[in-house]
Amino acid sequence: MGGGVAVRVLLLGVGNILLSDEGVGVKVIEQLEARYSFPPEVTLVDGGTMGLELLPYFEECSHLFLLDAIRGEAPPGTLEVSELADPPAYFRQKISPHQIGLSEVLAVASLQECLPALVKLFGIVPEDLSTGLSLSASNAAAVEAAVAAVLIELANLGLSASPRV
Amino acid sequence: MAKRIVVDPITRIEGHLRIDCEVDNGKVTNAWSSGQMWRGIELILQGRDPRDAWLFTQRICGVCTTVHAITSVRAVENALNLEVPLNAQYIRNMIIAAHGIFDHIVHFYHLSALDWVDIVSSLKGSPKAAAALAQSLSPWPGNSEQQLKAVQEKLKGFVASGQLGVFASGYWGHPAMKLSPEVNLLAVNHYFQALDYQRRINKVVAILGSKTPHIQNLAVGGVANPINPDSQSTLSLEQLFHVKTLIDEIGDFVKNVYMVDVAAVGAFYADWTAYGAGVKNYLSVPDLPLDSKGTVFALPGGYIADGDVAAFKPIKSFHDEGFRDGVKEGIKHSWYKGDWDRHPWEEETVPQHTEFQDKGKYSWVKSPTYYGKPAQVGPLANVLAMYAAGHGPTKSHADRLLEMVSGLAGSKVGLSALHSTIGRHAARAVRCGVLHEALAGQWQALVDNIGKGDYATFNQPVFPKGEQRGVGFHEAPRGVLSHWIVIQDGKIKNYQCVVPSTWNAGPRNSSDAMGPYEASLVGNPIADPEKPLEVLRTVHSFDPCLACAIHLLDPESREVVRIRTRV
Repeated sequence: MGGGVAVRVLLLGVGNILLSDEGVGVKVIEQLEARYSFPPEVTLVDGGTMGLELLPYFEECSHLFLLDAIRGEAPPGTLEVSELADPPAYFRQKISPHQIGLSEVLAVASLQECLPALVKLFGIVPEDLSTGLSLSASNAAAVEAAVAAVLIELANLGLSASPRV
Repeated sequence: MAKRIVVDPITRIEGHLRIDCEVDNGKVTNAWSSGQMWRGIELILQGRDPRDAWLFTQRICGVCTTVHAITSVRAVENALNLEVPLNAQYIRNMIIAAHGIFDHIVHFYHLSALDWVDIVSSLKGSPKAAAALAQSLSPWPGNSEQQLKAVQEKLKGFVASGQLGVFASGYWGHPAMKLSPEVNLLAVNHYFQALDYQRRINKVVAILGSKTPHIQNLAVGGVANPINPDSQSTLSLEQLFHVKTLIDEIGDFVKNVYMVDVAAVGAFYADWTAYGAGVKNYLSVPDLPLDSKGTVFALPGGYIADGDVAAFKPIKSFHDEGFRDGVKEGIKHSWYKGDWDRHPWEEETVPQHTEFQDKGKYSWVKSPTYYGKPAQVGPLANVLAMYAAGHGPTKSHADRLLEMVSGLAGSKVGLSALHSTIGRHAARAVRCGVLHEALAGQWQALVDNIGKGDYATFNQPVFPKGEQRGVGFHEAPRGVLSHWIVIQDGKIKNYQCVVPSTWNAGPRNSSDAMGPYEASLVGNPIADPEKPLEVLRTVHSFDPCLACAIHLLDPESREVVRIRTRV
């Protein structure tokens, strides 16, 4: 990463949008995309519930911002932002309810030595995982919080998004 | 003393598989396959615009997004009798073929090879001997002693740090593991190389499908790739030639690595040609349409009853009445209200969950039948059909593979060996070779057609008043996928997906005949009920699209040992 100058951020939302709050990470990406334009260093990807197909995107970024539903003790709709020191190990705990292993993809990325230098998780605790296309009230509110949190983290890297008119 | 082994889900999301086996005297004596498939999808689609259905259906499965998207637009086109421009067929065909190659490679190396390959044993292999062995089998340049040494060092690093990562959950040292350390080392080397090649072939899907992990370029009536040979923003010649380079690179890997590895595993585990046949009624559908109506195909498909390849009945077009009328789903053993066998257009979905009843209802999966019989789907069904149809590339790849196996095993191994657990792997490798040839052919057809000045990619769909019914089918990597749609006044009235894993993982049908997973497990040897590797081998050979975990339930002590497995 040549002296740390080449910052490339991947904003990756994952989850299944057919299972209500399970797809909250994807919904955050949709909102960011609809409301802001981003500098070329930032890539937004709706990863759905994909696995190995996501590997090429990891290879092309220095910072991975992962947006996902997480398992947690906190009340539904809580947004937790954390930096993952050892992402594959962390994901072995199965924090995400997805059946398709993002954990495996991260482990493979680590195996291939293409894990992004920094992985930050924006996790939202889901309320409703039943079949359906809309978010629960708590998670809809959390989307707004996550949008704001992502914009702040990007600003901290010197990357500013501008609102679409 | 019969023991019961249970393969059970641990996560909350639907779509998981549970396998129960009774084991007596070291053999499986009875089996049940139970699972949940995406119930409720039809409710989401009801009342929506049929042109949008593919955007939703591509999300119903975490692994197979592309195939549901393609099948959905085909279902609507079928209902409307809408023709699809040649360029659109070729572009879709290339996406289908590239996705299939990707899926088959990942399945063999990353999802199932470790059922047969002992990672830890590979550390003891001599890189020199392994390189010599590899060079006797294949001209692949990536098998040098130096390369194998480097892989071994990398792996030693993982083991020393206690971080086996993706390899952590294997049954290393299991008595059913039989490959020599050298063969294991070669397989591990190719495991790493396959990661690189799966990425390259998936790039073809990304370029044609508009750059995101979910393809974006489909439309009912064609594709949304405007073709302009000179423009950067559309499908350009430069992009097409990039695609060609990727196709050529992947070809060497398929021919000189994947097929050779499968031949070696097949030869060294030749005893597994005797296990896992199960249901020998095979159903596949033709794919890669070469005309706008879907009456001529690059790859044949059809039905084979009772394993009798000579009695092959081809399915001939997207409007084939035999296929349309032959498919039913039953719920006698499924957690839905009632006991019926119905055509997908006539189905309803009223859940009725009970406890797991060995002789009653025990699965969320319905039980599909073809003219009243359970049928196995997947690459094996397709390869047998294509072979029976006299398809040239299938014959040449299958004969080459069987010759390699025969040479390594030291005895003649024929087509009949394919009716088995290991045979499903062999058939998948053959199909991968066939798909690669077809992909190159479709690329040429597209370039030739553009060269003639035909840039059309889309025919506008028109929805008449009243009711239309359609079926879209596709020979997906895991087998026959069909979507059944009823349209009323331009809106979706009913929608059913009959997916490959439903055919294979379905429970007993209304005549109590076992589904393919269930039947294929009976008679499998079990060396160690605490580590039922053999069950995984047979179930994984189908490429199950389901996440699973293993529980071992001892009825005496009620103690449950939970062993996670790879997905």
